[in-house]
Amino acid sequence: MYSDKVMEHFENPRNIGELEDADGVGEVGNPTCGDIMKISINVEDDIIQDIKFKTFGCGAAIATSSITTEMVKGKSIKEAQKLTNKDVAEALGGLPPEKMHCSNLAADALKKAINNYLGLNGGDMCDDCDDKSGKHQ
Amino acid sequence: MEPIYLDNASTTPTAPEVLAAMKPYFTDTFGNASSVHAFGRESKEAVEEAREKVADLIGADEPREIIFTSGGTEADNLAIKGIAMQNREQGKHIITSAIEHHAVLHPCEYLEEYHGFEVTSIPVDEEGLVNPLDVAEAVRDDTVLISIMLANNEVGTIQPIAEIGKIAQQKGICFHTDAVQAVGSIPVDVNELNVDLLSLSGHKFNAPKGIGALYIRKGTRIVPFMHGGAQERGKRASTENVPSIVGMGKAAEIVKNELKEKQEKLTRLRDKLIEGIEERIDEVQLNGHRNKRLPNNVNISIRYIEGESLLLNLDLKGIAASSGSACTSGSLDPSHVLLAMGISHEIAHGSLRLTLGKYNTEAEVEHVLDVLPKIVEKLRAMSPIYNQKEA
Ligand SMILES: Cc1ncc(COP(=O)(O)O)c(C=O)c1O
Repeated sequence: MYSDKVMEHFENPRNIGELEDADGVGEVGNPTCGDIMKISINVEDDIIQDIKFKTFGCGAAIATSSITTEMVKGKSIKEAQKLTNKDVAEALGGLPPEKMHCSNLAADALKKAINNYLGLNGGDMCDDCDDKSGKHQ
Repeated sequence: MEPIYLDNASTTPTAPEVLAAMKPYFTDTFGNASSVHAFGRESKEAVEEAREKVADLIGADEPREIIFTSGGTEADNLAIKGIAMQNREQGKHIITSAIEHHAVLHPCEYLEEYHGFEVTSIPVDEEGLVNPLDVAEAVRDDTVLISIMLANNEVGTIQPIAEIGKIAQQKGICFHTDAVQAVGSIPVDVNELNVDLLSLSGHKFNAPKGIGALYIRKGTRIVPFMHGGAQERGKRASTENVPSIVGMGKAAEIVKNELKEKQEKLTRLRDKLIEGIEERIDEVQLNGHRNKRLPNNVNISIRYIEGESLLLNLDLKGIAASSGSACTSGSLDPSHVLLAMGISHEIAHGSLRLTLGKYNTEAEVEHVLDVLPKIVEKLRAMSPIYNQKEA
């Protein structure tokens, strides 16, 4: 059902935890739907120096969270903002179709964490943030 | 360690003795049971012998009350659609419960959608039990069928079927029970249970998949839905699946002889699992009734973690289990059974079902009790809703 890459991240998740003095925190999902992802970041000189996640959810939820942290660690905020859920799924070699929605929210959680860092209200995932990221700065 | 199979409610392995009994009927004794020649007669004899064994297992008065089907699902479909169609002039009301298997729920929905039936679904309490009084109250003048399962496949709760059967009898309403999970696990007697129809399935008690039976009490009229030849006394057309029928007969014979022993062993292992988990992992809850429960069923919810990730981790350690989490059901909602018991979505997502079979051992249970807490700890450590009680 899952790709080897998904299983590899599921078995050995990277960057588990919560940053003590996080510069930004983002959380998506709720227990009712079965997936919650929480991402915290430390930013220095516009670079994501450290990032950690905590996830309640299925195999896909854990693997997407893990690879998301890996993909943006050391990247600039601007680069990180470009990451989409689709990119994450692709990096994992694809996800089963039924997992594409509820369990593939890690990029959204990251976006919320970045917005939180940038002091943007609510950290809503507006489509604007995706492409025209300059608009918010 | 060899892989450990704890998903016997899903299916069981075919017993070697059963397979051995079946083998000649693929090659040497291959005749069509309807044929008049010696080849056919031999097959026919084997089918009738199996029918006797199945009848014997469930205390049926006569072997001819057993109709072989392609499995539990077909037995349920035949019972529900067949009784509904037979009695549609008398009324179009059916009573069932909120925790039935989809093999009962979906035929009921079909009758509602396409044939104008009305279905009353009896709720269950937090332990998954149907109250017979609720059934009595739901009965109407136009009720033609009551279908309540004997034992639930997810939480193992055993329903007061004999009592409900008495109510049905008094009101003169046809009563069906889905006993797919119960047969081969606990004693089942159609007369003690006061049922008119009872479904069973071979692959739940070490016969192959794709063979089942419906018990139809003598005198109960039913409309078949497989139309064709005159097999199974006209109630189920299609050339008999002789090897599988023989296999189910053999499995029925074996399990009847070893039932008491099997029941005692599995109850002991079940309680060891439940107590071991409750002892080693905090914030767990047993789903279903503690005693009115199948000897092979453990269903627990482990808070703050999700079922699929739990199953995957167990699988990586060679342990096969199942869960009522939405992620394992292919839908967005967790198990309808757990929700009907009033269990929250969050707790239902964290449910774990371990179901024992005749081949499980004490050492396997101990191994699971050793492995499971470590997995739970790992998953809780990454759960954002687990407030670690840090020192
Ligand atoms: C309670 C119950 N009813 C019906 C069925 C369906 O049986 P089968 O798989 O033989 O069609 C099952 C098995 O999954 C079951 O557990």
